Amino acid sequence: MGYPDVARMPGYEHADMDTVGELLQQCSDFMVNVVAPTNQPGDVEGAHRETDGSVVTPAPFSEAYRQYVEAGWNSVPFPEEFDGGGFPWSVGLAIQEMLGSSNMAFALCPLLTQGAIDALLHYGDDEQKRRYLPKMISGEWTGTMNLTEPQAGSDVGALTTRAVPQADGSYAITGQKIFITYGDHDLAEEIVHLVLARTPGAPAGTKGISCFIVPKFLVNEDGSLGKRNGVNCLSIEHKLGIHGSPTCVLAYEDATGYLIGEENQGMRIMFVMMNSARLSVGAQGLSIGERAYQGSLAYAQERRQGLAIGATGTDSAIIEFPDVRRLLMTQKAYLAALRRLMLFNAVQIDRSTHDPDESLRIRAGEIVGLLTPICKSFGTDLGVEISSLALQVYGGMGFIEETGAAQHYRDVRITPIYEGTNGIQAADLVGRKLGVRDGASVMEFISTMREIEAELASAGAEFDAIREELSRQFDVLERATGWMLRTGLSDPNAVLSGSTPYLRMWGLCAGGWLLARSALAGLATGDVELAESQLVLARFYAEQLLPQAAGLLGAATAGSRDLFALDAHQL
Amino acid sequence: MKIVVLVKQVPDTWGDRTLTSSGVLDRQASESVIDEINERALEVALSYQDSNDAEIVALTMGPASATDVLRKCLAMGADSAVHVVDDALAGSDLGWTSAAIAAAISKAGYDLVIAGNESTDGRGGVIPAMVAEHLGVPHLTFLTSVEISPERISGERDTENGTVSVHAALPAVISVTERSAEPRFPSFKGIMRAKKKPLDVLTIADLDPDILSGMGRSVVLTATQRPARSAGTKVVDEGNAGNQLAEFLAAEHLI
Repeated sequence: MGYPDVARMPGYEHADMDTVGELLQQCSDFMVNVVAPTNQPGDVEGAHRETDGSVVTPAPFSEAYRQYVEAGWNSVPFPEEFDGGGFPWSVGLAIQEMLGSSNMAFALCPLLTQGAIDALLHYGDDEQKRRYLPKMISGEWTGTMNLTEPQAGSDVGALTTRAVPQADGSYAITGQKIFITYGDHDLAEEIVHLVLARTPGAPAGTKGISCFIVPKFLVNEDGSLGKRNGVNCLSIEHKLGIHGSPTCVLAYEDATGYLIGEENQGMRIMFVMMNSARLSVGAQGLSIGERAYQGSLAYAQERRQGLAIGATGTDSAIIEFPDVRRLLMTQKAYLAALRRLMLFNAVQIDRSTHDPDESLRIRAGEIVGLLTPICKSFGTDLGVEISSLALQVYGGMGFIEETGAAQHYRDVRITPIYEGTNGIQAADLVGRKLGVRDGASVMEFISTMREIEAELASAGAEFDAIREELSRQFDVLERATGWMLRTGLSDPNAVLSGSTPYLRMWGLCAGGWLLARSALAGLATGDVELAESQLVLARFYAEQLLPQAAGLLGAATAGSRDLFALDAHQL
Repeated sequence: MKIVVLVKQVPDTWGDRTLTSSGVLDRQASESVIDEINERALEVALSYQDSNDAEIVALTMGPASATDVLRKCLAMGADSAVHVVDDALAGSDLGWTSAAIAAAISKAGYDLVIAGNESTDGRGGVIPAMVAEHLGVPHLTFLTSVEISPERISGERDTENGTVSVHAALPAVISVTERSAEPRFPSFKGIMRAKKKPLDVLTIADLDPDILSGMGRSVVLTATQRPARSAGTKVVDEGNAGNQLAEFLAAEHLI
């Protein structure tokens, strides 16, 4: 399904390709001129907490955020019913990619708001939606997600924040939350915290978690802001990167909270927003990788050093050296694969919500479930790798802060960690997603990917190499998947032991599949230059990057023996 | 108050600007954009409209592709757009261009015409004045600040020696410099609204078939590349550098 098919689905008629093209063009202008210049100053200055407890973002952020809200870019993919633009999620994700490239520390504020909007859209009651959504969708108010506590990180079920019912139907929330992105800041007058907490007598673990709205300021009947609620920022973290984004410790002391949905439904609400938030974080790997690549490419074109083979004169631009070419081509091909993977997943999200055929909606939802952990992990792992390759292009200057390459490398490093570590994603893939319909769902998707082999075979000899390599790697992916499905029930630890290399095999294969599709689509346009560039990308990827997948088969299927052969003291 | 803003599609200022072998702008050679000075001219009109009753028309003359710059103007907030496009106008000189634009302005109706002081490609810098002449209305040039009122237009022009305050009765034509305003970005809602705004496409026949008849025009016959830079002259001081320098400058007719 291509974008024109998305725009043909009922409800998206206004989002035709021409409109979307113009929208993204104007949006990129805005991002380049307003947001991108705040990236390095934001990193140098960082967010800080004043002695009165208020949190201040870097100086250029306020004005950029004001313009971002005024221009309406926050509202594009949300429902028109709450003053959103009603555009497909795939368009929203393309905007997110640009925002993240411009300044990821800044982009996190809208991203967390998006998570809170998602939760409210699905589980808020009409009154809550009416009260909070329009201003959150416009970006005038921002949102946060309060999950983590000092003893409850990846194991969110261990959280202890209490929610005590009050006579008026609200709850009194008390507890401490850590790692709260944009938990307090000066970009918006109101912050809508979504807080996970336990009600009295709730079951232990994840079954006893409820989700609450806790606004920084209580909202009056007329929508104006009332008295300050009992939530305060105790401190903000000093971090490796994303210095412009305040990461807060928040203390809740008898704060007024409003239950979303029903008690003990918190985990289900969490999972709703997880798919879209995890895809968005995967896209952050793409965002930063893209900006790092662009910087390194410009440097490689400018920087002259040594004389390349066959060149004349006194020196050559370093882009003329084969190994620098490899650094650049590797980045470019990975970025192309990632962008296609993220957008493919987003298109499936659109399909899962808007396809008129119910069976296709359900199938699209399965594909989203399967691909989301892959997008998150593969996207962010590659984001780190690409930013490292980009830094390498600069040589010693990459290690010096002024080029900006170092900042990208520092900023991107959080992405494999937050929104569920990449290890958690791999566990999600093998533990939850492979088992869907007893493995039939995942095998169907591999078959769908394999349909491309016949298309490549009839496209001409220049596609042979791509087809042969894809075919080899799909075979290996099928073998690994078969092993996972067979082993999962009897030895879950063995499956978890191989989950990370297995997830990477998936990312590599799906990326190769989508690049091959692009090569075929390029050929079909009749545009010779476009066709050639897509063919080169797909071929380079298939011949030089994709074969890693087969190399990972051993690790994916080795089981747990040697991981546990040395005891904890011997490691 | 009806304000017509003149806009032009130009090759990207930061891209390569090349001519075809026949001496005409090669539009394929680089990306085409709205001339930045026109966005400022439009902003002058828009900021007046923000707090006053005004109708803003964006007007351009150019090939079919110039629709893009009008769309951008509509997205920024202009109410309607006029596109003068006619094969007969391809490669027009300043005389023809100003005559066609003036005819289109007259047809649209106006109280005030706002233009940039000069385009980044042609850099003639006289179109606003020529248009004012055709229209027979006052012209205030190179304004760095503008104040619009229902009856009158006033503003300031920076000169080498100071600042000149100027004013004129409406209707009038003004040109503004890059210091006049910081243009806004098109908003998401603005872009969506723009799709429903009127964009009239006019040919010479629609304006006045006679506007160009009998009017001479310049035509580019050949174009020659600027000669490549040659190495400069190095003056080495062996006691008579002053003389050498003076001789060099005299030889180049610089003193």
